[in-house]
Amino acid sequence: MKEKAIHVVLMLLAFSAIAALAVITAFIFKEGVPIIAKVGIKDFIFSSDWYPLEGQFGIFPMIVGSLAVTAGAMVLGVVLGLACAVVLTQFCPQGMVAVIKPSVELLAGIPSVVYGFLGVVILVPLIRDYLGGPGLSVLASSIVLGVMALPTITSISVDAFQAVPRSYREGSIALGATEWQTTHRVILKAARSGIVAAIILGMGRAIGETMAVIMVAGNTLDVPHSLLDPVRTLTSNIALEMGYSAGDHRQALFATGVILFVIIMILNSIALTVSRRRVRKGAAR
Amino acid sequence: MTQVPSSNGGVEQAAEWLMRRQPAAPAAYCPVDRPAKMRIEDFGAAFDGTEVLRRLNLEICACERLAIIGPASGGKTTFLRSLNRLNDLNPGFSKTGRILLDGKDIYDRAMDVAVLRRRVGMVYAVPIPLPWTIYENIAYGPRMAGVAGRGRLDAIVEGALKSAFLWDEVKDRLADLATNLSGGQQQRMCVARVLALEPEVLLLDEPCSGLDPISTAKIEDALLELKSKYSIVLVTNNTKQAARASDRTAFFLMGELVEVGPTSQVFTNPTHHRTADYITGHFG
Repeated sequence: MKEKAIHVVLMLLAFSAIAALAVITAFIFKEGVPIIAKVGIKDFIFSSDWYPLEGQFGIFPMIVGSLAVTAGAMVLGVVLGLACAVVLTQFCPQGMVAVIKPSVELLAGIPSVVYGFLGVVILVPLIRDYLGGPGLSVLASSIVLGVMALPTITSISVDAFQAVPRSYREGSIALGATEWQTTHRVILKAARSGIVAAIILGMGRAIGETMAVIMVAGNTLDVPHSLLDPVRTLTSNIALEMGYSAGDHRQALFATGVILFVIIMILNSIALTVSRRRVRKGAAR
Repeated sequence: MTQVPSSNGGVEQAAEWLMRRQPAAPAAYCPVDRPAKMRIEDFGAAFDGTEVLRRLNLEICACERLAIIGPASGGKTTFLRSLNRLNDLNPGFSKTGRILLDGKDIYDRAMDVAVLRRRVGMVYAVPIPLPWTIYENIAYGPRMAGVAGRGRLDAIVEGALKSAFLWDEVKDRLADLATNLSGGQQQRMCVARVLALEPEVLLLDEPCSGLDPISTAKIEDALLELKSKYSIVLVTNNTKQAARASDRTAFFLMGELVEVGPTSQVFTNPTHHRTADYITGHFG
């Protein structure tokens, strides 16, 4: 009897987490979908005219902005994150791992507004002075977001590398492969699906970030033509305009959220399928 | 290996050639009457300061099968892993003395470790198939050594599998995952993988410990066959296997070499009473 009660309570607690997800999803869609239907999905996504007070809602520049900034962040985050994970798991002595890994993970604990602040104070003037343009730009956002995605990418790839049996490494080295050949041909290959999952989760982090991006991206409403142009992302659009919006405008911001939601869902399901495929393959062996 | 040096080869090459030709071992050391391939001189090894091998002197002759027997934690595996510097992977490892391969110190700075590990190949107690196809497993070593071209690799893979007595069993399924082979087949594939590198010395660390008698017999047959081309060092816990499948036997106890001699003599008339005790099963 007591067992059963505990069982029920635990079930309810577990479902409350899922319920939160369901309620949020339902709410965003309920608020956002009508305006998409009114404007037309094609116009909403592919039109570049965002004049909310005149009833024109086209979020194309922000979709491009979000994707450009995320892509840039991934170039930086993946290169640094993977390099860090390779060094941590393959080449560096245990003592150094104990220092470097927690430091990288600590990056995740720094509030995003601090990243944004550092970006505005240091990075933006540097870009303006040495590369030109207003400084507030795709490049600045990419660098800030890349650093912010680092801990995610690094720690998940470290896990993926550590999941590769140590015997693979020794087996390969005993066959006369150098350490680098072993890392590149054996370890990276065996950890590939885990690395893909790490990249996609890092991507989710970058595309969803708001505060730091608002501070360094410039937030203009044009489609960017170079790395030095300012942009506005989907998330910053919502955060910037939520305060004074009403009616259709407010709904359009929810609709922006719907699009963001869909993009992130697509990324997450790719991550899930990739990591599931790894499990299934593992079982077949 | 022993080709006559070309006229423009230079003095160094000629000297090297002469050195290889010369039987470097005194007869007392090498009763099999063959030149020494590897010479271990006063070799000692330690992990994190704990000594596991003490002042070892031993020669491994060309084209012989040397068995190493002895109770657990006697330093047999450490010795084997010292011969191709696999112990270097352990950060706590330190050594004293020298190990010479064809007269050159393998722990010398000038020695390319990757090349050394191709010349002195290792087969582990537990087969470690890499998570690829059979073909890729065997072609991997030669590829890393710079062999390219499908035709050449095909020939190497076929030759290696034939030498390991595995070709007939797997020739139609080279594209299958190596992990799907049976334990005995995996172990023979691991032997083939090392043979694909055309090593000069073959190290086997209890290669049959996890295998059934038939697979064991197949591996022993392969060793007999391979002896004509390679020096083979076989670490085994199975004294019967040492008696069956070796020309000379060395007995290791607590990190020291107690005695080494022709297998028939070590097993019938050992000079040291500890050896006799171990072989007759009084301890170990």
